[in-house]
Amino acid sequence: MSSSASDVAPRRPLLAGRGLLWEAVILAVGVGLFFLFPYDLGFLSRILIMIVFVLSLDLVLGYAGVATLGQAAMYGTGAYAAGLIAIHVTASPLLGLAAGAVAGAGIAFVSGLVLMRAHGLTLLMLSIAVAQVLQEVANKARPLTGGADGLRGIRMDPILGLWEFDFIGRAGYWYVLTVLILVLLFLKVVVNSPLGLSARGIQESPERMRAIGTPVYWRLVWIYTIAGGIAGVAGALAAQVTALVSLEVFNFDHSAEALIMLVLGGAGRLYGAVVGVAIFMLVEHVAAAVDPFNWLFLIGALVLAVVFFVPAGLLGLPKALTGLVRR
Amino acid sequence: MGTLLNILVDGVAYGMILFMISVGLSVTMGLMRVINLAHGGFAMLGGAGVHYLGARLGLPFVPAALLAIGAVVALAVPMERVLYRPIYRMGELQQVLATIGITFLMIASVNLWLGSTLLAIPLPDAWSGTVDLGFRSLPMHRLIVIGAGLATALGLWALIDRTGYGIRLRAAVDNRATASALGIDTGRIFAITFALGAGLAAFGGILGAELLPVDAYYPLRYMVHFLIVVAVGGMGSITGSFLAALGLGILDTTARYMVPDFGTIFFFLVTILVLALRPQGLLGRAA
Repeated sequence: MSSSASDVAPRRPLLAGRGLLWEAVILAVGVGLFFLFPYDLGFLSRILIMIVFVLSLDLVLGYAGVATLGQAAMYGTGAYAAGLIAIHVTASPLLGLAAGAVAGAGIAFVSGLVLMRAHGLTLLMLSIAVAQVLQEVANKARPLTGGADGLRGIRMDPILGLWEFDFIGRAGYWYVLTVLILVLLFLKVVVNSPLGLSARGIQESPERMRAIGTPVYWRLVWIYTIAGGIAGVAGALAAQVTALVSLEVFNFDHSAEALIMLVLGGAGRLYGAVVGVAIFMLVEHVAAAVDPFNWLFLIGALVLAVVFFVPAGLLGLPKALTGLVRR
Repeated sequence: MGTLLNILVDGVAYGMILFMISVGLSVTMGLMRVINLAHGGFAMLGGAGVHYLGARLGLPFVPAALLAIGAVVALAVPMERVLYRPIYRMGELQQVLATIGITFLMIASVNLWLGSTLLAIPLPDAWSGTVDLGFRSLPMHRLIVIGAGLATALGLWALIDRTGYGIRLRAAVDNRATASALGIDTGRIFAITFALGAGLAAFGGILGAELLPVDAYYPLRYMVHFLIVVAVGGMGSITGSFLAALGLGILDTTARYMVPDFGTIFFFLVTILVLALRPQGLLGRAA
C-alpha cells in the first residue's frame, strides 16, 4: 500500500474531480424509473430502502473493514422505533425518521462497545447474537410490539404536511428517493472526513494506525454508531412506507443478504452499494417470478461467481477485464 | 425431580447433537482459519439421504444411515478439493460469502431433489420405546443419542491423542507453516479432517432429526447454532466444542422448559457474555 501525502489529504482529488456526478446520475435514474415503471413503485421503493441499509453496512465493512452479520439489529430497532413513535407520539414522518436514526445509533453504540473489541468469527457471532436477542425481545414485548403478529396500525401524516402517502406509493417513492440522496451526501462527507479516513486506515493496518496515535477502538465504535443510525433510518423508512413492522426485520437472512449485495456491487465505494442492491434485487425479483422454487440456485451461483472471479465486486469488473486483456 | 432429570437428559442429548455436528467445523476452522458457514449443509444432506433411502426406497435405518454418511463423505472430498481450496486463501469476508453461496446451492439442490417439506426420518421401532432404569424410565432415542455422542467424543480423543494422524493434525492446528516445513502434508491432513467432519455432521444430523427437524432450509436455520458452539468453545479445540455444545444444549433446553416465554434468548445472552469476556472462546488460544 502506498500511502503518499495525497491519500491522507482531507479532499482526495479523485472525489473532488468527479464532484457530485454519481449522486446526479442516481437521482436522474431514480426520477426516470418513476415515470418508466409507475406500477412498480412499491418494489422500487423497497430497492431504494435496501440501498440505504446496504450503505450503512458499507460504512462498517467497506470503509472500516469490520465484517459483521448483524446489521439487521439496527435496521429492526429503527423500524420499531419509527413505528411506535408513529402510533403513540406523532405521525410526522420526519420525526419518525429521526427516532429511527437515534434508536439505531443507540443500539449500535451500546453493542459496538462490546463488538468492536472482537475480531473474526467471534465478532460475526456476537453481531448475530445481538440481532437475535433483539428479535426475541421484540417477540416477547407483545403488548408493545404486537409480537409475532407484527406492529400494525401505523398511519403517517403527509410529508411536511404537504404530500399524503397514497395507495400506489407515489409520495412514498419520492420520499424514499430524497432520503436516499441525502444519506448518500451525508456519507460522502463522513467518508472524506478525518473519521472516515482513519476508518480506511484502520482497515489497511490497525497496528500502524495505533502506532501513529489513533484511538482505533473508539473510532470503530463511532463508525459503527453512525452506520447504526443510517441502518435505523432505513428501518424507519420501511416501517413508514409499508405501514407494518414484523419480527422479520431482525432476521439473520436480512443481514446476510445485505452483505451479499454489498460485495456484489463492490464494498468500499458508496455507489457499489447502489449497483449491488439494484442488480441483486432485480435478479431475485425476476428469478423468483420465473421459477419460485429454484431461484436460490441462481443466487448461490451468482455469489460464488462474484467471490471467485470478481472479488472487487461488479464495479471492479472493468478493471478485472482490462487486467485479463493486458495479461 | 423427575422433570429435572428429563430436562437434563434432553439437554445433554441436544448438546451431543450440537457437538457431533460442530466438532468437525471447529477443527477445520482451527486448522485452516477458514470461516465455513456451509457445514450444517452436510448434516442436512445426511438427513436428506436417510429420508430418501429409508422413507422413499424402504431401506432399513442402519444401512440407510451408513450409506447416507458414506455418500456425504464421498461428496465432501471433491468439494474440499474443488471449492474449498481456493477459499482458504481468501479474506474473511470472501470466505463468509463463498460459504453462504455454497449453503444456498445445497439448499436449492435438496429443494429440487426432495421438495421443501419436512423430511421425515424413519427410525427403528425399538428406538421409540423407553428404557426402565429401575427408578425411572427414559426415552430410548435420547439415550442412544447420548451414547453416540459420548462414543464420538471418546473416539475422537483416541484418534487425536493416540494415532499418527492425530499427532500431525495437532501439529498442523498449532502451527501450519512449521508443520508443513517438517514434512507434514497439511493439505492431505486437511482433506481427511474435512471429510471426517462432514461425516460426523451427517451422523449428527441423522441422529438429531427429532430435535432439529431436517428440511431444505436446515443449514440456514441452524447455521448460527453450530457456529456459536465453535466460537464459544474456541476454534480448533475439540474439548472446547464438547463443553460448549453440552453447556449450550443444557442451557437452551432448560430455558425452553422453565421459561418457555423467553425461547432462545438465554442461549444468545450467554453467548454474548462468554464472548465478551473471552473473545477467543472457552478453550481457544488468544490470537
